[in-house]
Amino acid sequence: MSVHHSPQPLNHKLITPGTLVLLILTGIGLCFAAWRFMFGIGAITNLDQQHPWGIWIAIDVATGVALAAGGFMTAALAHVFHREHYHAVVRPALLTAMLGYTFVGLGLLVDLGRYYNIWHPMLPSMWSGHSVLFEVGMCVMCYITVLYIEFLPIFCERFLGEERWPRLRALCRRLHGALNRIMFLFIIAGVVLSCLHQSSLGNLMVLAPSKMHDLWDTPILALLFLLSAFAVGYPMVIFESMCAARAFKLQPEMHILAPLSRFVPILLGIYLCFKIGDLAVRDKLGLLAEGSPQATMWVIEVVLGVVVPMALLLMPRVRNTPSGLFIAAVLVVGGVALNRINVFLVAYQPLYPQKTYFPSIGEVAVTAGLISLLIFCYRVIVNYFPVISHAPEAKTS
Amino acid sequence: MGFTRRGFIKTLGVVGAGTIAAPQPGRASSDSPHGNRDNDVGVLVDVTKCIGCRRCEFACQEAAGFNPADIDSFEDKSAFNTPRRPYPRSHTVINRYAHHEGGGPVYAKFNCLHCLDPACYSACLVTAFSKQPNGPVVYDPSRCMGCRYCMVACPFEIPTYDYDDPLTPQVRKCNFCAHLVPEHQALPACVKICPAEVMLYGKRSELLELAHERIRSQPGVYVDHVYGEHEAGGTSWLWISGVPFEQIGFHKVDAKAPPRLTEAIQHGVFKHFLPPLMWYGLLGAAMWLTRPQPTGDAAEHGGAPETGEARS
Repeated sequence: MSVHHSPQPLNHKLITPGTLVLLILTGIGLCFAAWRFMFGIGAITNLDQQHPWGIWIAIDVATGVALAAGGFMTAALAHVFHREHYHAVVRPALLTAMLGYTFVGLGLLVDLGRYYNIWHPMLPSMWSGHSVLFEVGMCVMCYITVLYIEFLPIFCERFLGEERWPRLRALCRRLHGALNRIMFLFIIAGVVLSCLHQSSLGNLMVLAPSKMHDLWDTPILALLFLLSAFAVGYPMVIFESMCAARAFKLQPEMHILAPLSRFVPILLGIYLCFKIGDLAVRDKLGLLAEGSPQATMWVIEVVLGVVVPMALLLMPRVRNTPSGLFIAAVLVVGGVALNRINVFLVAYQPLYPQKTYFPSIGEVAVTAGLISLLIFCYRVIVNYFPVISHAPEAKTS
Repeated sequence: MGFTRRGFIKTLGVVGAGTIAAPQPGRASSDSPHGNRDNDVGVLVDVTKCIGCRRCEFACQEAAGFNPADIDSFEDKSAFNTPRRPYPRSHTVINRYAHHEGGGPVYAKFNCLHCLDPACYSACLVTAFSKQPNGPVVYDPSRCMGCRYCMVACPFEIPTYDYDDPLTPQVRKCNFCAHLVPEHQALPACVKICPAEVMLYGKRSELLELAHERIRSQPGVYVDHVYGEHEAGGTSWLWISGVPFEQIGFHKVDAKAPPRLTEAIQHGVFKHFLPPLMWYGLLGAAMWLTRPQPTGDAAEHGGAPETGEARS
């Protein structure tokens, strides 16, 4: 039985050289975003009539959603299947998911032409049950709400021992108690909602078969998206936990992360079987030998992002050394991110191409700014709220 | 304007369009998820007749509420130097293609085909697109969020976007002049202005028969293909041409409407909400079955998973 540390606010310095860089990147991104809101999407992006979606959809939205999968994967493991050993990683993963989805929303606001209508899917008069995107939108909105509810107890705990504001403390205590009794309902809902929209996100591109490169033009794209979300959940938690340990000078929690990584090769293996099997069944394996840019990207995505980390994580020596585990996790995270970029950008071939799409400086700046702001917010929140479990020397009552 | 012979020919088929005519026996009826489409209006474009005057482009811009340049400026043939696509200001364009078998140039009009089972409609999450009862696929900017999924989805790459408008950008495409002639008793602007009788406006089902009739009766003039009869599940606009369609910028498009696959998957996953509810139930059961057994000192650990960490 491992020692069960309780999460504590870290109370680190907020402004460090690292966070300054984050804030500068955020500032640059904000400037470009302001430019976009004043002069239109066309003013700062390379989007055109043939390329309606760029990296703001492929990275900010699609990759953002995929990499937030750690939230529901750890909730399922620790809370649904009661693997108590993994409790310590649930909160950081939950925070990542909450921030991740929040920033998916922010990214969408920048990308949507009529961002002020983003609430329209909530109006029954606008509902369109036939739309895949409607389902994705509704599930994401519900899931964001669930994530915030799941985070509320952490928010409350911050004030449970707060002597300065007795009224707030009493309120938090009541809320905390009430939430704890019904939280299991939201935890299961979060897992169900995640499975639904993680898969439907892939179904989006099935509607455009004539424009999708054959390597990704498959009716089971939704299933592949779901399986890859399963596979990336724990590596993302490992990646993030080790980054946080480095940033806050804590010991990496190898006693949790190493056993957690044992699930990954299994999940990657299932994903890989479907990925290869899909090509085989559709008789498209020959395309890989064509040497097209798409084939190259597919090979990178699958070999570096799936096969190599799977092989690495099958070795106990890799799983149990921090650097080995970190590299394997980074490969999986990068592989799934590349998959989303491949599906939404590389595979997308306009019928009447005039030029190829490559993201503009403005698009990259906005995306980098959003990611920097996300990391900064993560840092602020773990600083003031009990998210990360301390190493043994932390004070326990 | 009087009742000209040309006007009469153009409206040849429209007579029955407003009224409900019984589907004629012996012809395959075109059913789509949007109901029976036999009475939809449509346009038959005869590519062999087009002279490339681009007056339809002028009329289209005018009808869409833009201020087109002087009509004579549309005589400018340099517009044909590179193939163009419909763009936000002009929802129809004429392109010139060299005749592969040595004939004169071929002029091909292109615009929204008004699918019987539109992918843009299926894509849109706020029903900004609607399939009108008589056929036109119409866009309502007041609903639109500007996500541009319709542009991704369209199998003909028709919708375009006002990328330079920061506040009220719209998806732009031909709406069959539905804003001018809602009941479709009159001609769309491009059909009306055409001096060469390229387009015939009428009931789609009748136009389809007429198209096949023309192909049959003038051997050697047309290729045996009515573009839009089956493409993407069928479209309201139909084309016949003297050269293969691939040579004049018309892609080969699958006969199956793209929404049929995605909506089948989607409706399978959400069938009466049963699969999500079952998934919820299964996870709930797993949660209950794997719950930690009370061991005395930590007895309250049961259904509320966060309590273990809640104590300060």
